Amino acid sequence: MPSENNTPILQMQNICKTLSGKEILRSVSLDINRGELKVLIGPSGAGKSTFLQCINYLLIPEQGQIILEDTVVNPGVKKDLYNYRQQVGMIFQDFNLFDHLTALDNVAIALRKVKGMSKKQALEIARKELDRVGLSDKGDLYPAELSGGQKQRVAIARALAMEPKVLLLDEPTSALDPELVGEVLSVIRDLAKEGLTMIMATHQMDFARALADEIVFMQQGEIIERGSPAALLKEGSGTRTADFCNKLSDMCEELD
Amino acid sequence: MLEQLAVILDALPYILEGALVTLGIVGGAMSLGLVMGIPMAVGLVYGPRFVRFILGFYVWFFRGVPILTLMFLFYFGIFDLLGLNLSALAATSIVLGMTSAAYQSQIFRGAIESLPQGQLKASRALGMSDMQGVCTIILPQALRLSIPGWSNEFSIILKDSALAYVVGAMDMFTRTHFVASRTYEHLTLFITAGAIYFMITLVGVKLLLALEKKVRIPGYTS
Ligand SMILES: Nc1ncnc2c1ncn2[C@@H]1O[C@H](COP(=O)(O)OP(=O)(O)OP(=O)(O)O)[C@@H](O)[C@H]1O
Ligand SMILES: [Mg+2]
Repeated sequence: MPSENNTPILQMQNICKTLSGKEILRSVSLDINRGELKVLIGPSGAGKSTFLQCINYLLIPEQGQIILEDTVVNPGVKKDLYNYRQQVGMIFQDFNLFDHLTALDNVAIALRKVKGMSKKQALEIARKELDRVGLSDKGDLYPAELSGGQKQRVAIARALAMEPKVLLLDEPTSALDPELVGEVLSVIRDLAKEGLTMIMATHQMDFARALADEIVFMQQGEIIERGSPAALLKEGSGTRTADFCNKLSDMCEELD
Repeated sequence: MLEQLAVILDALPYILEGALVTLGIVGGAMSLGLVMGIPMAVGLVYGPRFVRFILGFYVWFFRGVPILTLMFLFYFGIFDLLGLNLSALAATSIVLGMTSAAYQSQIFRGAIESLPQGQLKASRALGMSDMQGVCTIILPQALRLSIPGWSNEFSIILKDSALAYVVGAMDMFTRTHFVASRTYEHLTLFITAGAIYFMITLVGVKLLLALEKKVRIPGYTS
């Protein structure tokens, strides 16, 4: 249904956030349509992580509102808050897996505790989700026994098991050794192709160029540029985004 | 030499019965300390300011006042005032337990704070309440990390349990003292009691070590 694709599934309106007396987000607004992938880029300290955490109310913004499928979310009501968070998944830079649980139980635990499923039912879904991220043989291992790339894929499976309407990813590959980045990006690529709605902060510009529907450039707590990868990243387009990306790739070359 | 052996053998059933009383006091105190200490630790880490203040005051009080003073204060003072008619054994258990709660809350608090807090964030992001996150994610890990500290606490309470003497609970120390003053074999009898205390510590610590190994998370170091 093409008409469905043109209605925003999630709208952030005028989000303001102050941390320790410092204005981190200055009235940031962003809409995302069903099935879109938006990539957030910007220098360190721009407020990308803060914004993503405000989107699923891990941080409560002082101002602004969030609308999920035409319903304004009220984070003040606990039940609504928990319900909303189930629908907006989050992937963290440093995985945040539950260290005392096997990969399978990491995926199953919220299904049992939050969705109230039986253990059997939850494990069945957990197996399916691990399979989806290519880890069907690692279910019985604990986080400390997994590589970084495998940990992040378990974290993705854990989020997917809740069947979120939107998935937020905060630099999901930044903590990984270079040779492990690919396996995680390829899982995210598959999700994008399946039509999962995602907002992702990343420095992986090739990935963004290839898959993003829109690139959103943040700096000092504001969105200062946005547009399709083609428009923003074109050689000689003179955008701040293109400029930033050139600096990024220069830096990478220096490192190599 | 034979004479002393006879005294020991004579007194042993009586003293061992006291060892059971001692174990009862220690078991009661450890359990009370555990049941109070866990929620106290959670309150100390995650609670609002006034909760942290009250808990901090509790910990400061029970750590700051000598247990002997607490025993008198509660047994002859506060329990009386509240109209509680507690046996010497129960009173000892409760006073030691309340003191242990102060120490155990610090053991658990340290363990909770040593965990990477991102896990609680992840549990919230999945739609868990803070209560669910703390109970299903944080505490199972914090309690594992607390076992060495708990083992230490066990050996301390075991030794403190001899204070039951001052309120007349018939624990191992009190009984040994009775027999000693009757037979004048202080050295022999207290060596015997000491050996039994030592054995109990050894067994308790070994059991907790076994528990620590059993619940260890595979691949996990630190
Ligand atoms: N708890 C906090 N208290 C005060 N300031 C904070 C806090 N957390 C973050 N900040 C500040 O907020 C700003 C934005 O941080 P944020 O982590 O959102 O940036 P980012 O765009 O994700 O950067 P990076 O690319 O390094 O991840 C930074 O200047 C940071 O120092
Ligand atoms: Mg960040």
